[in-house]
Amino acid sequence: MEFRYEVEGGNFSRAGHASSAVKKILKQLNVDNRIIKRIVVALYEGEVNVVAHAHKGSILVDIDEQRIEIKIEDEGPGIPDIDLAMQAGYSTASAAVREMGFGAGMGLPNIKKNTDELKIASEVGKGTTLEMITYLQ
Amino acid sequence: MANDQFYHALKVDESLCYGCTHCMNVCPTGAIRIRNGKASIRKNWCVDCGDCMKVCPVNAFYVEQDDFDKIYDYKYRVALVPAVMIGQFPSNISESQIFSVMRELGFTHVFQTEHTVDIINDAMIEAARKQSEKPLISSFCPAVVRLIQVKFPALVDQILLVKPPIDASAIFFRKKLQDEGIPDEEIGIFFVTPCAAKIAAVKSPVGETKSPVNGVINMDFMYNKVYHGIKNRSGSGVRSPGENLPNLGPKHIKWTLTNGEAPHMRGRCLAIDEIHNVIDILEKVENDEIPDLDFLELRACDESCAGGVLVVGNRFLTVERLRKRAELFKDIHGIPEDLASYVDFMKTRLPLKPLDPRSMLKLDEDMSVALRKMQQVRKLMCYLPGIDCGACGAPNCLSLAQDIVQKEAQLSSCVFIQRTMEKHKKLHSDHAIRIIDKVWGKDRLDKDCTKLGAKDEGT
Repeated sequence: MEFRYEVEGGNFSRAGHASSAVKKILKQLNVDNRIIKRIVVALYEGEVNVVAHAHKGSILVDIDEQRIEIKIEDEGPGIPDIDLAMQAGYSTASAAVREMGFGAGMGLPNIKKNTDELKIASEVGKGTTLEMITYLQ
Repeated sequence: MANDQFYHALKVDESLCYGCTHCMNVCPTGAIRIRNGKASIRKNWCVDCGDCMKVCPVNAFYVEQDDFDKIYDYKYRVALVPAVMIGQFPSNISESQIFSVMRELGFTHVFQTEHTVDIINDAMIEAARKQSEKPLISSFCPAVVRLIQVKFPALVDQILLVKPPIDASAIFFRKKLQDEGIPDEEIGIFFVTPCAAKIAAVKSPVGETKSPVNGVINMDFMYNKVYHGIKNRSGSGVRSPGENLPNLGPKHIKWTLTNGEAPHMRGRCLAIDEIHNVIDILEKVENDEIPDLDFLELRACDESCAGGVLVVGNRFLTVERLRKRAELFKDIHGIPEDLASYVDFMKTRLPLKPLDPRSMLKLDEDMSVALRKMQQVRKLMCYLPGIDCGACGAPNCLSLAQDIVQKEAQLSSCVFIQRTMEKHKKLHSDHAIRIIDKVWGKDRLDKDCTKLGAKDEGT
């Protein structure tokens, strides 16, 4: 079953709407609470990344009995050094974004910690695509 | 057990309910449907918050209470009174007047619910150290505890496992009376409740096997009795207010108000009242959006217990009076004298057993069945108009779609679908009327000038 959500860059007040919607779906599907939590935390981080760094993005969610696959695609600056971005505490967020309580440099590490499989593809000046898979059983 | 029927105190008086949609539309858990022209509450979904009762235009909701005469089943009759009871009265009526009249009404003892607040607070701080998952959520408000169980099952482990004042104080006062030589079976403890949720918590407790409270009396009922008693008394009363009246300080008095608990907990603490605000913050906690939060004081009613559905007085005036009273007793601190020697006894009795989630959101236990049902819901939503009018007897189109999938309603319950079906000659108009009768009651569409707002209203 597929779901699609659009994410608007720079609009922090809407950050979290996709995570909340996915959370509701997983609760209805009677997925284990701990697994829901991991998925939602990872998705929320990914959603905030798009809001904080990109112009716009979309989230595609595909769920079956075995797994949930989430693809977050954005049009934005891209990540020049993915290995560096994966390091805890590394952040390129602006002071303004940090002031709002975001941009602590924990986004990607936190996503990795909370997913079973993570793929990142990025092109500087074009955008970033995150593919995360979490097994539901 | 997840499928047990839970007791709840809110009931619908079918002779008064005329089947509108107000309650159905405000219910924060979507627990209400209209069937046969009357509101019906889904027991397992209801958290007893009382929003339906507050919004009902004809007072058709009521809160079931114990018969007052039940107190006479006991030789020693204890009234357990929360601070907001006092807060409702005008300031020229003293606490001792209120307590004396309660004794004249038949209680042998009148005790204050907040008597055990200090030891509860200590136990909360202690338990917070042991429970690793943060933020911890107070177990104070039974409607919030139930809300978490049914709507936020992932957060159940974050509820602080310490008994609230009503239980702790009932345990203490019972023990104290026993130590005075009174046999347990002769002690009846009756809680004067400001809300429906606390009744439900007594009748089907969570986290303990049996409630230490014997019965519940609604605060509005007690308020009327006491006020009547005060007005009709000549001179001074016949009874003293009893020994346990005067010794509570500001922390006790303000405990049940908003920000009653939060200032006394460690770390970053927040106090939030009113159930929709509570739902908002729980959503955020579930997403891990507020990472360094240590403690949440959550109350279902606006202005906490002062806004309880059974509190007669205006909630803001009630809070004002209690704050003034707290100021008056600002020099009183610490554990009440008579409780000091019971601290160890109480410590072992304060912990709650771990609570079980009982999610009402899941479409099915079996995930593959749930997936199939969700697909059906999404398909049905292609046809339903998305107007959320409630004319089908469910609060919105999505609820109807879910009800259909769970075989609790039919697509033809939707009045807009009915029109389309009639147009395509798939539904006879007589049949359509029968469907409406089923939801809204027989002859509901006949002319009736006595209904609310009509020409001969009330005749």
